[in-house]
Amino acid sequence: MKNFKVFLNGIINENPIFVQLIGMCAVLAVSTNAINSLAMGVSVIAVLVGSNVAISLLRKFIPEEIRIPVFVVVIATFVTIVDMFLNAFAPDIYAALGIFIPLIVVNCLILARAEAFAYSNGVIASIFDGLGMGLGYTLAITVLGVVREIIGAGSLFGISLFGDSFQPAAIFIAPPGAFILLGLLIAIFRTILKKRATN
Amino acid sequence: MGSIFTILVSTIFVNNYVFAKFLGICPFLGVSSKMETSTGMGVAVTFVTTLASIVTFIIQKYILDVLGLEYLQTIVFILVIAALVQFVEMAIKKISPTLYNALGVYLPLITTNCIVLGVAILNIQEKYTLIETIFSAVGASLGFFLALVLMAGLREKMETADIPEALSGFPITLIATGLMSIAFAGFAGLV
Repeated sequence: MKNFKVFLNGIINENPIFVQLIGMCAVLAVSTNAINSLAMGVSVIAVLVGSNVAISLLRKFIPEEIRIPVFVVVIATFVTIVDMFLNAFAPDIYAALGIFIPLIVVNCLILARAEAFAYSNGVIASIFDGLGMGLGYTLAITVLGVVREIIGAGSLFGISLFGDSFQPAAIFIAPPGAFILLGLLIAIFRTILKKRATN
Repeated sequence: MGSIFTILVSTIFVNNYVFAKFLGICPFLGVSSKMETSTGMGVAVTFVTTLASIVTFIIQKYILDVLGLEYLQTIVFILVIAALVQFVEMAIKKISPTLYNALGVYLPLITTNCIVLGVAILNIQEKYTLIETIFSAVGASLGFFLALVLMAGLREKMETADIPEALSGFPITLIATGLMSIAFAGFAGLV
């Protein structure tokens, strides 16, 4: 039950993108369509759960003074694994995500969860925390990707929705659209959270 | 000479790292509320990025490529950057304690600034020479500096504006960034 609360926390109350506002670079850059967003989200979940488990398993052996460099090396190792995996088994996605795969290593979210949770909690709880935060991240980035793809390209997951005569608002696929839509989504999410809190 | 000018104009204006490349967003949103922290952060990032680009270039060329260890790039680069930030932090503490206190927690956060690692990786991908690497790093950080200062000016004005509560804080900053991104898109076609 406690683990489920940890899990839900990452999706709603402390959603990495809509509430904590960390790890934004990849969210804005990659969300040009829904498939890339999903792929990035799944990669982040993989690295986050992997590094949470590894750091939680090793937490008794990592000296406090050098814990940040140790975290960074562990996270970088998992990122390298995911990077090579994508390069081998999903080259289209690898090309689409580009530089943002190695940049997962500087995604503050993963380092923050390692420091705030995995270093001082057990393995099972760390798995739930990693899954929750990762799912919160994936949901947020996919929502943004879906909205941008529908308005900006008239398609969803690559399937054209409105036919040939539809003129998409291409600005939403371009960088400005990402900023504006993310700002609006955060405002909407915050309003919903507030309404829930006052009820 | 022409290619260096192209690199500078491209990284500062046409492909600005914040408005077009989406790097350095977190510190951009976090630090740009005040002008003094923005300038301090801009200078620190420029210094760290340029140093990191030089060091990672040398390591890639003379160690990783020679020994066939390219797959260690991510791990080695991020360790180099973390070490450099630690060193810059100690240096700033000695040289200017006021700046050190002003930057506060943002200084160690330069390690997680996507721009530093992003520029280092991009320099290798574009196969730049050492001189081109230096100018690419300087250009990228100057573009970041420019974005920070512009946004700081806007946000200081927005503090006295009447903004709906749902939009206040980060949402309106993001929307403002989007509008600035449209403006910077006007530079396309310069180079």
